[in-house]
Amino acid sequence: MTTPAFETRVRQALFASRRWHPAEIAFWLVAFGAYLAFPRHLLLLNEIAILALFALSLDLILGYAGIVSLGHAAFLGMGAYAAGLAAKYVTADPLAGLAVGMGAAGLLSLVTSPLVLRGTDLTRLMITLGVALILYELANSFSALTGGADGLQGIVMAPVLGLFDFDIFGRTAYFYSLSVLFLLFLTARRVTNSPFGLGLRAIRDNPLRASASGVPNGWRLAAAYTLAAAYAGAAGALLAQTTQFVSLDVLDFHRSADLMLVLIIGGAGYLYGGLIGAIAFKLLQDAIATFTPQYWMFWIGLFLVLFVLGGRELIHGAVKATASRFARLGKGPAR
Amino acid sequence: MLTILFDGIAYGMVLFVLGCGLSVTMGLMNFVNLAHGAFAMLGGYVAVAAMQRLGLPFLASLPLAFLVAALVGIVLERLIYRPMYAKSHLDQVMFSIGLVFMAVAGTDWLMGSGQQFIRLPAWLQGRFEIAGIGIGRYRLFVIAVCGLLAVSLQWGFTRTRFGSRLRASVDDARVARGLGIPVTRLFALTFALGSGLAGLGGALGIELMGLDPTFPLKFMIYFLIVVTVGGTSSITGPFFAAMLLGVADVVGKYLVPQVGAFIIYALMVVLLITRPHGLFARARA
Repeated sequence: MTTPAFETRVRQALFASRRWHPAEIAFWLVAFGAYLAFPRHLLLLNEIAILALFALSLDLILGYAGIVSLGHAAFLGMGAYAAGLAAKYVTADPLAGLAVGMGAAGLLSLVTSPLVLRGTDLTRLMITLGVALILYELANSFSALTGGADGLQGIVMAPVLGLFDFDIFGRTAYFYSLSVLFLLFLTARRVTNSPFGLGLRAIRDNPLRASASGVPNGWRLAAAYTLAAAYAGAAGALLAQTTQFVSLDVLDFHRSADLMLVLIIGGAGYLYGGLIGAIAFKLLQDAIATFTPQYWMFWIGLFLVLFVLGGRELIHGAVKATASRFARLGKGPAR
Repeated sequence: MLTILFDGIAYGMVLFVLGCGLSVTMGLMNFVNLAHGAFAMLGGYVAVAAMQRLGLPFLASLPLAFLVAALVGIVLERLIYRPMYAKSHLDQVMFSIGLVFMAVAGTDWLMGSGQQFIRLPAWLQGRFEIAGIGIGRYRLFVIAVCGLLAVSLQWGFTRTRFGSRLRASVDDARVARGLGIPVTRLFALTFALGSGLAGLGGALGIELMGLDPTFPLKFMIYFLIVVTVGGTSSITGPFFAAMLLGVADVVGKYLVPQVGAFIIYALMVVLLITRPHGLFARARA
């Protein structure tokens, strides 16, 4: 049914969105340059990078594929525990551990994807929540392996690539996490701007029409789900490796809920949403936690309520407007 | 063994009172209110405060718990819930999780993070035995109260004018409005009823489930299962779901304590897989 002219147009559109915008380059230069600007806050920067990766993961399935999940912490925890255990019992090499973490989370999502891909949004919310809770209980029960409530201790990491030792200032940790984030971001950028990514968006907007026009809904969603899970697993692995500790906290419900807030702040459905949200969320958390550490939960709740009541596309809209203004200045294509 | 079963039934009864409020708001009004547990916690704390600070007897604190929770429910419905009805499920979930977080931290700040206790009157303490089954007096009381509630709710929804108007509004709000049914007010009342029931359940459940600021998070999943499994077409659905859940949870914790809450979550996932649309047994047009 497609005419050659149509195909060329699609190809051109895909190609245009693949081109790098100056603002994007600036964003990553700033991200890597933050090391020079805030040498005392490398640990916080490292946390931001990891949270950004985690948010990128949720954005892939929520923003692009339209799969709602209330249990994304399951994959973060899976990656963290897998990487932690790998470091403890198999190899101390960080990259191998990262691969193990991603693999474990990906495997978990393959097993659970049949559960998640059926039913309505509400069923998905409940099932993803249920899976995360089950994992939490499992990690708590198998304390011989996971350390239970005490956490998994005694993780010692070898230098990254055999060259860069982890130090207490978080220098290596920051560059390591940011590099992983950057590489995975490139992959995500490539994927979302491919015909595969277009198909995902079609499914998100109208599953019935997408399948009518020949997009295989089931396996595409499963593939997106698995990719996102691997990303979350990577975030978990980075967390385990750079903090050299894994506790039940990585599987806790508040992780999934916080992540939602991150994505609301940044806006879902574009790749920088999670990254911007992570930066804003961590800085906010850091600021509030210094004067009221115990009741941080209250404020997070208040933000959630206000954001939803006020329209959660607010910030996304503001970012888009700014971006398009920049785009007009640079005469590049708006993204 | 039968004693455990009895305890499980009492537990299930409380879950029913807690959950049926949610099955009214979530099932009937199609609003995902994860903050339902916060109303239950409110009821519990009202009962505690009434007994400890005001010195009210236990029986008087129960209706108070219902009233306060219902009142707060009606105010919140008016102020912040109403704009959420039209939004997506995801929005509703995030909104109500935000409310839960605020309730948890706020209660912690107001009442302290410790577990709350109440003193039951003497005639509700202890247990007696019939044919080898140990029967706790309080549990028997709970079963009686909740059983009465279940019957009157079922009667209320199927036999009264209020019930039929409500069901009409749920099925097609526009037509109902056209027929002169005050849909908005009906929903507000229903929401208040659901919140009040949650509050009453929270007060009744202090003795069986405990009460501390994390209550809404801890039991969120239980309420959801009651609604998920029970459906909304009648009061009997949630009732049986609550029984099943209560018995499964008590028996599980008694016989295989090491798996903890695992059984409940596994039960939910299995039930959702086998009945993915169990949430809306009566599909909405």
